[in-house]
Amino acid sequence: MPEPVALKLTTKDFKSDQEVRWCPGCGDYAILAAVQSFMPELQIPRERIVFVSGIGCSSRFPYYMNTYGMHSIHGRAPAIATGLSVSRPDLSVWVVTGDGDALSIGGNHLIHALRRNVNLKILLFNNRIYGLTKGQYSPTSEVGKITKSTPVGSADAPFNPLSLALGAEATFVARTIDSDRKHLQSVLRAAAEHQGSAFVEIYQNCNIFNDGAFDELKEPATRDDYLIRLEHGQPITFGSEGQFCVVHPPGGFGLEVRETASVAADEIVVHDATVTEPAYAFALSRLPGFALRNTPIGIFRNVDRPSYDGVVQGQLDAARAKSTGTPEEQLAGLLSSGDTWTIL
Amino acid sequence: MSKQVQQLDRVVIRFAGDSGDGMQLTGDRFTSETAQLGNDISTLPNFPAEIRAPAGTLPGVSSFQVHFADYDILTPGDAPNVLVAMNPAALKANLADLPRGADIIVNTDEFTRRNLAKVGYQVSPLDDGSLDGYVLHPVALTSMTVGALAEHDVSKKDAERAKNMFALGLLSWMYSRPYESTIRFLERKFAARPELVAANTAAFKAGWNFGETTEDFGVRYEVKPAKMDPGTYRNITGNAALSLGLVAAGVRSGLPVFLGAYPITPASDILHELSKHKRFGVTTMQAEDEIAAIGAALGASYGGALGVTTTSGPGVALKGETISLAVALELPLVIVDVQRAGPSTGMPTKTEQADLNMALFGRHGEAPVAVVAPRSPSDCFFAALEAARIALTHRTPVILLSDNYVANGSEPWLLPDVDSLPDLRVEFATAPNGEDGKTFLPYLRDPATLARPWAIPGTPGLEHRIGGLEKADKTGDISYDPANHDFMVRTRAARIEAIKVPDVEVEDPDSDARVLVLGWGSTYGPIGAACRGLRQRGLPVAQAHLRHLSPLPANLGEVLGRYEKVVIPEMNLGQLAQVIRARYLVDAIGYNQVRGLPFTATELETMLEEVVKNA
Ligand SMILES: Cc1ncc(C[n+]2csc(CCOP(=O)(O)OP(=O)(O)O)c2C)c(N)n1
Ligand code: SF4
Ligand SMILES: [Mg+2]
Repeated sequence: MPEPVALKLTTKDFKSDQEVRWCPGCGDYAILAAVQSFMPELQIPRERIVFVSGIGCSSRFPYYMNTYGMHSIHGRAPAIATGLSVSRPDLSVWVVTGDGDALSIGGNHLIHALRRNVNLKILLFNNRIYGLTKGQYSPTSEVGKITKSTPVGSADAPFNPLSLALGAEATFVARTIDSDRKHLQSVLRAAAEHQGSAFVEIYQNCNIFNDGAFDELKEPATRDDYLIRLEHGQPITFGSEGQFCVVHPPGGFGLEVRETASVAADEIVVHDATVTEPAYAFALSRLPGFALRNTPIGIFRNVDRPSYDGVVQGQLDAARAKSTGTPEEQLAGLLSSGDTWTIL
Repeated sequence: MSKQVQQLDRVVIRFAGDSGDGMQLTGDRFTSETAQLGNDISTLPNFPAEIRAPAGTLPGVSSFQVHFADYDILTPGDAPNVLVAMNPAALKANLADLPRGADIIVNTDEFTRRNLAKVGYQVSPLDDGSLDGYVLHPVALTSMTVGALAEHDVSKKDAERAKNMFALGLLSWMYSRPYESTIRFLERKFAARPELVAANTAAFKAGWNFGETTEDFGVRYEVKPAKMDPGTYRNITGNAALSLGLVAAGVRSGLPVFLGAYPITPASDILHELSKHKRFGVTTMQAEDEIAAIGAALGASYGGALGVTTTSGPGVALKGETISLAVALELPLVIVDVQRAGPSTGMPTKTEQADLNMALFGRHGEAPVAVVAPRSPSDCFFAALEAARIALTHRTPVILLSDNYVANGSEPWLLPDVDSLPDLRVEFATAPNGEDGKTFLPYLRDPATLARPWAIPGTPGLEHRIGGLEKADKTGDISYDPANHDFMVRTRAARIEAIKVPDVEVEDPDSDARVLVLGWGSTYGPIGAACRGLRQRGLPVAQAHLRHLSPLPANLGEVLGRYEKVVIPEMNLGQLAQVIRARYLVDAIGYNQVRGLPFTATELETMLEEVVKNA
């Protein structure tokens, strides 16, 4: 990852000259605006930033960023970005993907990028639907979802993207929401600082094919009672009156939500994103089930592990340090290695 | 006792045994000794796909054939003069390939009733007279080896395993091979276990001495060195040469090489080899699948590396969508397909040339790429450089079509002078190219090559976006304009046609041939040997061999037009023939064989004789 330098960049510098073509009202606009206005903070020159995406509405994202960018093919962005990041450690590489792109066709690449801990910032725009192909259910749609391809309801159980990422050994896992710019940017900030893969799920509204999917998390009447805002080092309480909290019941496997009044203060779990054991973040990721109640947002997990890029570069550097001579001389040596014979 | 020495001009030996008998290693060592002596050589390993099929069974037989001569040879030989059979299965599996009169050396210790029964011999073929037409040498290889190692501090199992060195010693004596390199090899291989160095060396010498003393081997043979161009040589397999060619491409371009690969027979050895050359800035990534492998390679190319992916047919099938993306992005990329017999898993360790159609046409949309094929093991080095040259200069994916035959076969390679290798340096875009001096047009083309600028991330002022959606000419912006799409499709085709490739050369020594044999890839050796055979018998025939299959050489149409008949032998059902017929309206005659084995020179000679006589 490039070192920050003092630069005078503004939001405008990150807007490309391309006309943005999402449906009016699409949550992608808010995310784009949040990212564009966050970018100057990075203090990384535009030419060192690359956005790589797959295919989907969300994957049009790179066209709108005035950085380097590649709109690739369906599901493959993590693989392409891996090659770029490993061979160019001087770049800041971001992946933009959708729930279908990352979890259906590209599921394999996603989990392997995460296990390798490639230095990628992966933003998964989860609208729980296939937007670009006009509204089929996705691997994050709830069971029984009625869509064009599932007129009597979908039969298959969805993925919980954060649980999946944690199972894939992700070192940074977070969730945020398109409509909450401040929160979104705070998550981006932490993701950018993380060495290795940062996986960020962004709940995104598709107002055409799955409108209101996350309304309870946005409406003033419900959001405080539904959302759990994770703060590192803080006891996990939520609700309009702080009336709910998260505890770790003795003998249980995971975490549960209780009424704050019914538990002793020291029973309330204090959030620590740096816990090495992924079981804790996993338990957090299971709190909501597949409905929206008890939805944690924020940084679930943020731990250190050597990045793939770093280890690979280390091996290359070590091999180079041991060699002498010009590349041509070394090549001549390599060609004539092994059993040779000379004819005069 | 001094023995009679007989001079031969060429010999073909096949070492055959159980997968666990170390036949590949034995063959390799014999080849290396033979190379030291200065014979021309060609080798062909043949092994089962199973790592260890049940011991003593026919599917478990592994063999290594080496052809060496005092003149330049083109193939590993059609039929062995000598078969070394380490067990009944090895004898049974290989006997049909032996001409009458050939020498057979068998390990009698393995001809037990149980082993014979495993391969369906009711009576031992050593006793029933069925081998009367051959010169049979029954040798108790295992027990003699164990006996020779009685004083050595090794287990019975290790002593028995050294029987391949006994056999090698015997053959080395028979053919008067210098053995110093084998002793050095054993010292290296067993460096950590000196007792095994001693035991294997002793087994080798015991075999040598056995040859010298036993009455059974009355004659010793010599094959004089071949007249070869002066210089330093090494023996090399196609996969090794291809790997070195990619390293050389990195050095000569000054670019890091990035290999994304997923293991698959027979391409994995390229991944293994390249993973050793990190000091040259070669990164190898074992990806989660074939799609990720090519994706990562393309990502690296986008970042300014020479992106390479290596695989076999099943892998190319998976990579198709990404190759199309590379066609649209117009970035350099080398895709190596070491072909094996298909469809599906087919016969993974057997050879075939049946991926030509896929290489030329196997993608969605109009997605032309360049296609290059090596003709021999050592040629893989130069073919890899050529693929890299085209990819880098023309910013296009290039498919390099090797196959199992050249990949695992070996031959002596006259080491090239590094400075004589092509200069592959490229220039990245560094400044805006628009008329206003400020805008960057990622799809503004070089008028000669039609290649677009390679503007890599990190270059200030050239920030731009590319993708798989159709792009407007010059600006690269998304475009659905019908005329623009038509123009871009034609331009991508023209880009490939604009690649300068050398004219195809014709070998027609007396310029009197009426029949042309046209081949591509690994059939060069057998076709060449067949043509030679015909000419020696006064039958004129011309040979032309294609290295570039896309674009085809500019003079090909003219060459084809010069001959009355054009014969195209291929290890597929006529894929090049179809292209030639469609493109040049030539009534080409296909000769096709898909047995998983290379053509023999003899079968081609017989077939061509018919055509030449009727022309
Ligand atoms: C190989 C391939 N298969 C299918 C498609 C069609 N396709 C394009 S986008 C998409 C789904 C996108 O859904 P998602 O990733 O959730 O993105 P969204 O549009 O919702 O942002 C599909 C199936 C394609 N482009 N390529
Ligand atoms: S279809 Fe949905 S996700 Fe796609 S642009 Fe329209 S609103 Fe956004
Ligand atoms: Mg979606």
